[in-house]
Amino acid sequence: MLLSPYPTLGERIRIGALWIWCGLMLIFLIAPIFVPIPLSFSSGSFFTFPLPGLSLRWYETVLGAPRWRAAIGNSLLIGLGTTILATILGTLTAIGLSDPKFPARRLVVPILISPLIVPVVVTAVGTYLFYARIGLASTYTGVILAHTVLASPFVVVTVGASLTGFDRNLMRATAILGAKPLTGFFRVMLPLILPGVLSGAAFAFVTSFDEVVVAQFLASAEQRTLPLEMFTGLREQLSPAITAAATMMMGLSIILLMVANLLARQSRRRAGSASD
Amino acid sequence: MSLAAAAPMVIAKGRSEGLRPLLLVAPLLLLLLLSFGLPIAALLSRAFYEPMIANALPRTSAALSSSSGAGVPDDQVFRALAADLAAAQAAERVYEFAKSFNVRLPGARSQMLRAARAAAQDSSINKEGLIRAAPLLGDERCWAAIRAGVNRFTTFFLLNAFDLRWSDQGSIVSAPIEQAVFVRVFGRTFLIAALVTLATLALAFPLAYLISNLRPAMAGAVLVLVLLPFWTSILVRTAAWTVILQKFGLLNDALLWLGLAQDRLELMYSRAGLIIAMTHIQLPFTLLPIYSVMRSMQPSQLRAAQSLGARPLTAFWKVYLPQVTPGVLAGGLLTFILCLGYYITPALIGGASDQLISNFIANYVNVELNWEMAAALSFVLLTSTIGLYALMTHYLGLDLFKMG
Repeated sequence: MLLSPYPTLGERIRIGALWIWCGLMLIFLIAPIFVPIPLSFSSGSFFTFPLPGLSLRWYETVLGAPRWRAAIGNSLLIGLGTTILATILGTLTAIGLSDPKFPARRLVVPILISPLIVPVVVTAVGTYLFYARIGLASTYTGVILAHTVLASPFVVVTVGASLTGFDRNLMRATAILGAKPLTGFFRVMLPLILPGVLSGAAFAFVTSFDEVVVAQFLASAEQRTLPLEMFTGLREQLSPAITAAATMMMGLSIILLMVANLLARQSRRRAGSASD
Repeated sequence: MSLAAAAPMVIAKGRSEGLRPLLLVAPLLLLLLLSFGLPIAALLSRAFYEPMIANALPRTSAALSSSSGAGVPDDQVFRALAADLAAAQAAERVYEFAKSFNVRLPGARSQMLRAARAAAQDSSINKEGLIRAAPLLGDERCWAAIRAGVNRFTTFFLLNAFDLRWSDQGSIVSAPIEQAVFVRVFGRTFLIAALVTLATLALAFPLAYLISNLRPAMAGAVLVLVLLPFWTSILVRTAAWTVILQKFGLLNDALLWLGLAQDRLELMYSRAGLIIAMTHIQLPFTLLPIYSVMRSMQPSQLRAAQSLGARPLTAFWKVYLPQVTPGVLAGGLLTFILCLGYYITPALIGGASDQLISNFIANYVNVELNWEMAAALSFVLLTSTIGLYALMTHYLGLDLFKMG
């Protein structure tokens, strides 16, 4: 489509230059994220190519050393708590917002997405000062609540998208047939919007799993998460263990976000066909 | 049932139907207000409201308000100050007070501590005695700071965020050059954000153009290459760059091998390294809005323009570009806004002179324990961000969520 049916020489040169420029661009985009991967399998202690040899010793460090293990455990625990809380609250919110009779939408929506716009340091500092006063700083609850704030907009948006094509008459039909609202929700609505909800849950988990700034202010040594451990490591002494941790984080995030996007697309398609 | 009796029922029913969706939204809204809105409001309020000095000097405050005039006050106010300082010394609150006073008048900390010790030892100490213990108390500037401090509401920190302060004559003047840091930090933040935005635009525009003109299967494949880094956390990408930018890292190896550099460059803790890494991280954020606009363009328009006699470049300039401008502006503005709030990448890759405003805020909280200054800087950062975001949504209608 780039070339016209009868391309001139000038056109061919332009398109060729575009391809070369964009090829370099793609290398610039992709290459850096793959650099840590081979290094994480290095048997040496430095970031040098060619690798002195292959070994899994840095993965053993990350999965075996108490510090790293505790950090992974904390990340999973906090991520799970955030996912559960953000998914429940976000799904309820999306259902409420999708109601055509919802009042003051223009006022509420900006509030709901504001955590994405406010610079994360401002959020972190504000939350830290406030949570310290009410005894939530340096607690798991505190970190989970703060991560839920950051993660919930993603759930609201993904579930909201899957609800755009949901036929509200179905809920009316369940009510007429005698189902209580909760029964109607679990038997009819939830199965239909499930891809959207699961997609939102995956987004929520990754948001928490990748978050470092809020955790840096709110978490004490006890709640240190994997990104926090990495951040400290990068500041203090660089070790290939960090590339192993980075590879693991990247793998998990990319897999989850791919699944999330596939589910979101599926639920949008479902919504699209329902509204046709 | 008469119509008049039915009306309230209809209203009540309407209200409950409006109320139920609100009830579903309420839990998250409440959580956001309590654990996000309230903390940020409380933080920002500290930029304007600082009661520490007023709380430590209640008697001085009362004595000052009954005596008129500027400059160094009379013995009565000094006796009130001595009583306040002695009380603060006894309650061990004097260190807190001296520290927050020092923020307003650099160098005043030790003088205030000395005055407090003298006042605690001699309860009948007078003006001369206090000035002998702490000569600063004989200075007009010190009393201007005390008068400003006993007023709980203050513009001091916000003015300070712009390197401004009140002069003794009550006008706003610029801060002495050795204390004027914030305009430079804001300037640097805006400059780096602008450079990164320009770099991402230059890189993203051709790529978005290419992808939007490829066959769907091919476009999908290339798009995955854009999305993979987009899905990788900023911390992981920053970590990757710290590995690449090392003195004996990949980039230096490549530059030497290609003969582009004679010696190994110091790329870590340098502005060049910071801008390269930030550009890499922001590229997808700039590209996706541009791509979503370009995808909706009809290629037949360009062909129509050309068949009407326009040369390819003219057609591109006159027909294509004006229509994709909203996407370009949206992508650029989004990247600019996000760059203003960068924290992790400057902290890990930037040198001491590349720290952005977020790093200063964190530093005021973690190291200096000067929360008022952190609040004032947060206020400026937040208002710039929200202002630009409002501009973006108002003029361009860009929705943060319609990307990718």
